[in-house]
This record gives sequence, C-alpha cells and structure tokens, in this order.
Amino acid sequence: MKTIILRTASTYLLPVLLLFSIFILLRGHYSPGGGFVGGLIASIAFVLHSFARGLDNTKDLLKIHPGFLMPVGLALAFLAGVTPVIFFDQPYMTGLWYPEHLPVLGSLGTALFFDLGVYLVVVGVTLTIIFTISESA
Amino acid sequence: MTQQLVLYPLLLQMFLSILLMFCWRKISWQRVISIVGSIINVGVSIWLFSYIWENGTQIVMAGNWKPPFGIIFVADTLSATLVLLTAISGLAVSSFSSASVVAARLKFGYFPIFHFLLLGLNGAFLTGDIFNLYVWFEIIIISSFVLITLGGEKAQLEGSVKYFTLNILASMIFLTAIAVLYGLTGSLNMADLALKVAAIENRGLVEITAILFLVAFGIKAAVFPLYFWLPDSYHTPPSAVAAIFGGLLTKVGVYALIRVFTLIFVGDHFIENIILIMAVLTLFSGGLGALVQNNLRKVFSYLIICHIGYMIAGLGLFTEVAIAGTIFYLIHDIIVKTNLFMVSGLIFRIRGTNSIRNLGGLYADFPKLSLLIAIPLFSLVGIPPLSGFWPKISLIIAGFESERWWVVAAIIFASLITLIVIAKVWASVVWKEKKELPVRLNFRYFDKLKTIRKAQMIAPMIFLSLVSLYIGFGAEHIQQVSSRVAGELIDNEQYIEAVLGKEQIIDHEE
Amino acid sequence: MEILLAIMIGVLYAAGIYMILRRSLVKLILGIIILGNGANLLIFLLGRVVKGSPPIIPADSDVFQSVYADPVPQALILTAIVISFGLQSFAIILIKRAFKVVKTDDLDEMNAIDKDS
Repeated sequence: MKTIILRTASTYLLPVLLLFSIFILLRGHYSPGGGFVGGLIASIAFVLHSFARGLDNTKDLLKIHPGFLMPVGLALAFLAGVTPVIFFDQPYMTGLWYPEHLPVLGSLGTALFFDLGVYLVVVGVTLTIIFTISESA
Repeated sequence: MTQQLVLYPLLLQMFLSILLMFCWRKISWQRVISIVGSIINVGVSIWLFSYIWENGTQIVMAGNWKPPFGIIFVADTLSATLVLLTAISGLAVSSFSSASVVAARLKFGYFPIFHFLLLGLNGAFLTGDIFNLYVWFEIIIISSFVLITLGGEKAQLEGSVKYFTLNILASMIFLTAIAVLYGLTGSLNMADLALKVAAIENRGLVEITAILFLVAFGIKAAVFPLYFWLPDSYHTPPSAVAAIFGGLLTKVGVYALIRVFTLIFVGDHFIENIILIMAVLTLFSGGLGALVQNNLRKVFSYLIICHIGYMIAGLGLFTEVAIAGTIFYLIHDIIVKTNLFMVSGLIFRIRGTNSIRNLGGLYADFPKLSLLIAIPLFSLVGIPPLSGFWPKISLIIAGFESERWWVVAAIIFASLITLIVIAKVWASVVWKEKKELPVRLNFRYFDKLKTIRKAQMIAPMIFLSLVSLYIGFGAEHIQQVSSRVAGELIDNEQYIEAVLGKEQIIDHEE
Repeated sequence: MEILLAIMIGVLYAAGIYMILRRSLVKLILGIIILGNGANLLIFLLGRVVKGSPPIIPADSDVFQSVYADPVPQALILTAIVISFGLQSFAIILIKRAFKVVKTDDLDEMNAIDKDS
C-alpha cells in the first residue's frame, strides 16, 4: 500500500474529501446527504490517509483521540434536542429555525446542529473502530 | 414544566452518560456523578409516577409531530411504575458497582455505558411507537454487549458470543415482525395499530405476525424453548452487571409481551393457549434447572427463568385479576432479582467463590449480614407476608376462575421448587460449616476493602431489602397500583384515546 | 419486481439461517449480516414498491394525486442499517477477541462455562 501514487494522491485527497463531506452534511436537509453519510466520507478520508501514510501519521494529524469526538457530538445533538424544551417549552426535538436567510448555510436551525452532532459521532465511532481493528491486527 | 415530564427520565440519563463520557479517565468523578445522578433520577421518577397517578396517561410528541405520524412517548401507570423501578434498581446497582467492579474495568467506560443501558430501558418503557421500541431494544442490547464483555475473560467471551447471537437473532425476528405488521397496516404507532389490526380480515396473517412477536420477545424474556442463552451468560460478567441484567433486561421482554399482547393482538385464544403452555413449561424447566446447579449465580439465573413463567402465565390467563398478579410479580421480581445478584457478588467478595459446595459458615462469621441476605431470599420464595406471596394469590385465583387447573398446579409446583432451591442455598451457604478455601492471590477480599467501599456494597442491599419489605408489608398499596394497571391494560381504549384523541377513534369506526 | 424481491428475500433468510447454524464463528457473523439484509429488503418490499411517484403533494392540491412511494420504510431501513453497522463492527471485534482468548473458532468447543460450576 506504500506506492508513491497513493501517497501523493492521499495528500490532496484528504482536504478534498473533507470538504466534500462538509458539503454533503450541509445539503442534507432537503437533498440526499446528511450527517451520517458526511461522517462516513470524512472517516474514509482519514482511513485512506492511514493506508497511505501509516496509522501513526494519521494519529499525529488528528491530534486528538477520535473517541473524544463521540461525547462532543452526542452533547451537540443532545443540546439541539433539548433547546426547544428548555427555552421555548416545545416538545423534545422540535425544529427551531432562525428566520433570516444566511449565505452558504441557507437556513439555520436546530436540525443542522443535530446533524453536525451525528457527523462528529460517526467520525469518532468509525475511526475508533477502524483504528482498533488495524492496531490489534 | 410538567408538559415534558414524560421525557425527563430519558433526558436525565442521556445527560448523565454524556457527562460521564467527558470524564472518561477520572474514575472517582464518575463514581460520584453516577450515584448523585441516580439519586436525582429516583426523584424525577417519583415525580413522574405521582403525576401520572393523579392525572392519568400523558403523551409527548417528539418534534411536535402529531400521532399517528410522529414518534410519541406515552406514560401510562405501567410505564411510570417500571421507570420508577428502573430508577430504584439503577441507584442500587450504581452504588454497588462503584465498590465491587474493579477499577481496570471501570476505566473502559463502565459508567457511561451503564447509564446508556438505563436510558434504553426507560425509552423502551415509555415509547408508544413499535419501531422506536426496536431502536430502544437495540440501545439496550448494544450497551449490554459492552457490559457483558468488559474485562474480556475467557468465560465472559464465550458467554457473550451466545448472548450476542441469540439477542441479535431476536432483533432480526422483531424487525421482520415489524415489517409484516407495517405491510398489513401501514402504521407504526401502537395505539393506531391496535385499531387497524382489529379491523384486518385475514386473521391467519395476524396470528403469524403475533407469533413472530412472541418469539422475538420470548427470546428477550427467556421463556421456555428460547431461554438457553441466559444461564450460559448471566453468571459470567461482574455481579453488578449481572444484577442489572437479571433485574431488568428480561423484564423488558416481559413488558414488551404485555404491551403487545394487551394492546395490539387481543382476544386470540390460540395465542393465549400458546402463551400458557410456554409459561407452564418455563416454570418447570427453570425450577428443575435451578435444582441441579452448583454455582450460586447459575442457580439464580435459572430462578429468573422460572419466575418469568409466573408473569407469562398471568398474561396468558388474561383476566383482570391475572394481569394484576403479573404486574405485582413484575414489581416484586425486579427488586428481588437485582438484590439477589448483588448478594451473590457480596458472597463472592467474602469467600472468593460462588460454588455452593465450597461455601458455608456465613452465619457464624457474619450473622447480621446473613439476616440481611435472608430478606431477598425468602421474599423470592414468597413466605407470607414477604413480597413474593401476594402476586401468587392473584395468579392462583385467576387460574381457578378460568378453570385452568394445570396452570394452578404448575404455579404451586414452581413455588415448591423455589422453596427447595432456596432452602438448599440457605442451608449450605449460611448454615453449613465453613470449609477451608485456598486463599486467592491478588483478590480483593471483602474484609480488605476500605470502609466506604464496604458501605457502598451493603447500603444498596439494605435499600432494596427495605423496598422488598415495603412491597410485602405494604402490599395493599402495590395491589392498588397493579389493579389500576391491569384495569388500564384490559380496557385498552383508554390508552388509545389518550394517544389518538376521541375524534380519530370515531373516524376509524365509521 | 415484487416476485423477484420476494424470492431474493427468501434466499437471503435461508442463507442467513443456514450460516448461523454452522459451527464456525466467522460464518455466524456472515449469517447475521445476511439475515439483516434480508430483513431490510423485507421492510422495503412490504412498504409497497412504487416506481416514479415521489410522495409530494402538488401545490394546487391538498391530497396526493395518485399512489405514491411511501418514504417511511426507507427511513426504517436506514435506521436498521445504521444499527446493524454498529452491531456488526462490535461482533467482528468480539469474535476476534474470542478467537484470541479461546483459541478456536469452533462453537462446539466453546463450552468452558458448562464445565465450571
């Protein structure tokens, strides 16, 4: 797996794939996409990098342990769910929307934060699983 | 404030597990957070129960989507009671596990996963949507897989392979059953399903779907031909984990059976007879299995199976008295079984073994502790006026009223077997003379523990024993609760009306 | 289309159950995966297969104009797939650990718990 083509390509593919995963995450509300798929694409980016450069390099690149993304993502999704309960006395998970239209993002609402949480959890879980499997192999 | 009350136990558990995940490495913080959180959870559950008791069934529509389209959470008296019991056993096990589970295991996220398990249990009890029930079941089994494998000893891994396979198989059958039910009715809301299933002409297909649900929940509840995973796996994990499994996991299966067969598939004599036969065979096989085992925790595992039989028998008899007996037994069994597995864990800490043959002399060494252990043991047998006695009366009366003598015979036989088993356990563990056991190196014996750890192990047992005594001596109150639950379950129109509102039911009838 | 799917589901269920009944741990996992796929397809089929009519109500109407594809089964399948993704990755790591500790992948030899008492 240490061919020069893959190694060179992975340097460019990593940012492109990450950007693509963000794009998939953001378009997910009305079009195909969303946090789960976006998260999988982002983790594939890192897995590809680890294939080309070795696991240790990817871990250095990540700085934090991917497992730490799980509580962060869960907390974000949880907060997106309870915000309507705490501040507006609406049922859990009711979608709240910022009335103005924003550039790039389009409409901003709690659903986006929930999806962002899902994105982080999926990246965290997938990378933890794959790192665990490939470490002990 | 009270509008979203139904969700508070869920939100609290979720908040706790996220908070605990942030303190992944700080075990001493996790212990404190878990115990304090569980105490708050008991408070919230009592609040929910008293609110439901006064105001009747409450619903919450997640995301403000109206039923039958959105996911709803319904708290009727049965759900509120079970959430309260989950909170009580959760508090006890949380305190017990912070003392008895070794720190190496706690480091791998024991407490966050434990609270995810409680989240799944609460969710399963509160949801009003059949697919959502599947999702909560999956949360429960994923958390339980982690808890059962934590530590990774040989016996544990072998046990968990069996546990894992059978539970996934049950989930697949459950999913298949949901698929068929959705194909038949086009709905997932349980109250809506109740109306639509009743209107289906093709009764054969409905019966097959019902059997699929029976098998799926039967594996979870460990009834007669489907229980083999339970005695092979429940004695392998740490006793704190076994306590929460023994107390609550099989009961979720029983709860799902009760919910589905009192709400959706009602009044089918074929199914009722199958449930009764399963119940009788469960009573026999569980009791006889317990009689021949030597490992204390295996004995208790078989007793779980045996006593699931009582609850299923009440469901099969399907009269108001019988269902009241089932609910009473459920309330009694959750508390007692949780306590019993903690007792086995304590005995293991004291002596270093769970083999009944090698145990002995507990009364000579720890007389007060032995008296404490006597409470759950004899509550389980149901020596009046302890808690196991009262539900059996209801079940036997219901059996006489419906003239099913064989069910009554099986119930009495199983009580007798339980008495023999418990007498054997009592005589050989507590009264028999002490044997000299080889001293295990690197084993944290009970007397070497710090005083606070000892207190953390003993206090939950005292707490649960007091609850048990209350169930026995205050049987009047528990009987009131179970009669009310039984009334709500038999007359399921109340539930449907609370969920869908009056107009939709009338629309449906036209 | 329906009949093809029905046959497919039957084959998947049969293959899954056959694999679960084998003694090898790896085949057990494969069986669980295949069974899960069969169950997902079953949900898809029983939600009625409708081609080319998305569940969108036209702007000038309050109700659906024709038979529409039900989106709920797809949501259910997506949920089930995500759940089985987690379960299966756990299962693979579990059998790997079990193989390392017990040193066999034959389920018949995994009987140490029956002996200890």
